[in-house]
Amino acid sequence: MSDVTPIRTPAENALIAAFPAARKSLPGNAHVIALREAAFNRFEAKGLPHRRVEEWKYTDLRTALRDALPLADALNVADAAALAQSDSCLSSGDAFAELDAHRVVIVNGHFVPSLSSVNAQGVTVNDLAEALSTGAGIDALGTMAKADDSALALNAAFMQGGVVIDIAKGASVDKPIYLRFIVMGQEARAIYPRVLVTVGEGAAVTLIEAHQGGDGIAYQTNAVVEIKAGAKSHIQHIRLNAHGDAAIDLSSLGTDLGEAAEFKSMNFVMRPALARHQVFARFSGEHIKLDVSGAALLKGKQHADSTLYVDHAMPHGESRELFKHVIDDEAVGVFQGKIVVQPIAQKTDGRMMSQAILLSDDATMYNKPELEIFADDVACGHGATCGALDDDLLFYLRARGLPKPEAEALMLAAFIGEALEKIENDSVREALEAQTQAWLLARAVK
Amino acid sequence: MPAVKETVEQVKAIDVDQYKYGFETQLEVDKAPKGLNEDIVRLISAKKKEPAWMLEWRLDAYRRWLTMREPTWARVEYPEIDFQDIHYYAAPKMNAAPKTIDDVDPAILDTYKKLGIPLREQEILAGVQQSKVAVDAVFDSVSVATTFKEELKKAGVIFCSISEALHEYPELVKKYIGTVVPVTDNYYATLNSAVFTDGSFVYVPKGVRCPMELSTYFRINEKNTGQFERTLIIVEEGAYVSYLEGCTAPQRDENQLHAAVVELIALDDAEIKYSTVQNWYPGDKDGKGGIYNFVTKRGDCRGKNSKISWTQVETGSAITWKYPSCILRGEGSRGEFYSIAVSNGRQQVDSGTKMIHLGKNTTSRIISKGISAGHSQNTYRGLVSAHRRATGARNFTNCDSLLIGNNCGAHTVPYIESKNGSSIFEHEATTSKISEDQLFYCMQRGLSAEEATALIVNGFVKDVLQQLPMEFAVEAQKLISISLEGSVG
Repeated sequence: MSDVTPIRTPAENALIAAFPAARKSLPGNAHVIALREAAFNRFEAKGLPHRRVEEWKYTDLRTALRDALPLADALNVADAAALAQSDSCLSSGDAFAELDAHRVVIVNGHFVPSLSSVNAQGVTVNDLAEALSTGAGIDALGTMAKADDSALALNAAFMQGGVVIDIAKGASVDKPIYLRFIVMGQEARAIYPRVLVTVGEGAAVTLIEAHQGGDGIAYQTNAVVEIKAGAKSHIQHIRLNAHGDAAIDLSSLGTDLGEAAEFKSMNFVMRPALARHQVFARFSGEHIKLDVSGAALLKGKQHADSTLYVDHAMPHGESRELFKHVIDDEAVGVFQGKIVVQPIAQKTDGRMMSQAILLSDDATMYNKPELEIFADDVACGHGATCGALDDDLLFYLRARGLPKPEAEALMLAAFIGEALEKIENDSVREALEAQTQAWLLARAVK
Repeated sequence: MPAVKETVEQVKAIDVDQYKYGFETQLEVDKAPKGLNEDIVRLISAKKKEPAWMLEWRLDAYRRWLTMREPTWARVEYPEIDFQDIHYYAAPKMNAAPKTIDDVDPAILDTYKKLGIPLREQEILAGVQQSKVAVDAVFDSVSVATTFKEELKKAGVIFCSISEALHEYPELVKKYIGTVVPVTDNYYATLNSAVFTDGSFVYVPKGVRCPMELSTYFRINEKNTGQFERTLIIVEEGAYVSYLEGCTAPQRDENQLHAAVVELIALDDAEIKYSTVQNWYPGDKDGKGGIYNFVTKRGDCRGKNSKISWTQVETGSAITWKYPSCILRGEGSRGEFYSIAVSNGRQQVDSGTKMIHLGKNTTSRIISKGISAGHSQNTYRGLVSAHRRATGARNFTNCDSLLIGNNCGAHTVPYIESKNGSSIFEHEATTSKISEDQLFYCMQRGLSAEEATALIVNGFVKDVLQQLPMEFAVEAQKLISISLEGSVG
């Protein structure tokens, strides 16, 4: 039964044992310590989520997280300088190497100013670790990603560093702000970065996140990004998850949307062993447009979970969700989307779609699109499809002389392309299309 | 459409908040004392003069039940049920088991007459009805009459109460009972296994197309009782049966529990069509009284190319917790689920289906229409899953919800799990309100707001109504309009 408290796992015990020491060494003033303690208590009460926790039904962290790892240390100054020198190390694996952007580099959960360069009017970037100690500019911390969720609680308890980004009212940032998260080192570590972004009224910005790390190292990351979207702001957010192939990556995006804000977010999953991306979006004003999308290319024994919670708390909101999974070998795809329409949120327009293509007999897809509607004057819908590549289409292409692998690659590229089309910035979209092509090519060669 | 016209007239004729089956029949009753313990289980078994293995089966279920907890995952809220405050057995007093319909207490016959259920065969034949329907009438804890038994017997079809089947065909019952819904399946199914009192038993032998529709009419009459019925339908190779189920209860301020288990078994090339019109007392407009309907219904397509279809019209009950499911085990088997769930007042509905694809080339189809009005909450909860070996499985799901008024809720919680690359699953769901444009169009042509709503709602549920047998379809259409009465404007 659901309310039975299971025996604590070694990972849970290790996390609980690690907290008292971590609380002392991690940055934070009295207020932050109180936040950490409250979050830790929530985690301690609930433990790691498992399949009897409805929101984590298909991603059982109790089983997946065998052990809790020590927290990763910050780079020391010498290492950071060395890193800056060795060009190859930084540029390798950078999907957006060619991108003209303001760069913010976060290594092992810690902001590295010496590698970052942001020079745009109306944009300030501060070290979160410092802000946690001084308490400056972090009033909104923890208010966007607020669900009763163990992954969120763990990040709040153990957050090490990251950045606080402030975009001034009316600012239109010329180039994308590119947040590059790198996991370094041969030892598997636990990493808890957090990013807080406040976008002022009427401001426009493109935020890009790329996450990368070494293959074969079973590190664990749990990142939280909070974005406060001011009234009439225009935000595009793109996240590329290219963590190492043994990594366990939990990530959460919390956003609070102001009146008439337009927010687009897309999450692209490539390599990690286990990835779970959760989006919590709250409509705090009228006439908001939200677009959340995702694409995942999975093979081997990968497991990728996308979970959404869209809370239409004000009238005249519009939300669009589109998720695409391509699943090969024994990989597992999960989509859980919940659209809630509160009684006051009349005239809500919501459309959610999840599509999956299973390329092998052992591939698995779990879909759970939910609607929870308390207002009557709404138009909400969701769809979910799951199946193999269409034989007729494949035949059509092959009849025109395309070998099977190429025909399949063409169809899959078109399938993923529907989600990528939502990216407004051409070079960002092209970079992700290149990633898709590389994945498809590797598959065709196999 | 004459049926639509009839609906509109029906809506006009009836006052708001009227449940037309809310009367109570005064009878002398043989009741078990309140409460639940092993003695009560023994008492029920003794009353039914059951074989010893059945008693053991019940006691085993009871002991299991004691270790279980009530499920809390459904979107329904209700005060804790005191399982010790219920009579688990209530039967109208009869001197001996009635041999013919004339031996049955006239008051009971009168009850069924009022409900519009003919129990006298000659009346059915004399009536205008074209097709014959055999009826098993279950009154509180016992079956009081089963019609057309002889005629069905000639065709080889067994249709009787489950108590009778336990005497006459114990081997058949023993072979199949609990094989689709195991004793420990869930809290209410386990409770039912311990204390079930009556229900229907149908056996259709190989190659027989059941010559008439079979139906069971359930009536709760006594106060403070629970009804726990158990239905078992077995259809052999190449056979076919269409089975209907109807339910009503008196209008009372207290809540009554109804926890049934229905098991269907279809062997090779067999087909079962199971239709329900559920119209238990839903409680008054403030949510006082009404039936708690916690039902486990499951069909097992064991044979190749077998087919089970569930059609349900749910308008009654204060709380509905019901997921008629299909286990698609046989190669090429097919499951269907057609549902209309209407909720008004303070009703809470959490219903849906499970289509479990285990065999190759199995197909399923789900059409669910939810209409919520008043202060009700209406949830569709369903599972479609394909097992590793279910190559070529195919599902299509469509669940639409219609909201009438601003105080109700409509929710959709589908689980779609595919573990086979060649299976194709499609799911779509929409939620909307009655379109202003459509309403305006109808009203502009002279219909009142209520008539227009009835017309649009009838159009909304048409896909499902078409699946019902004729007599039921008209009845169901009327019911839907009545249930929504008072929700417009």
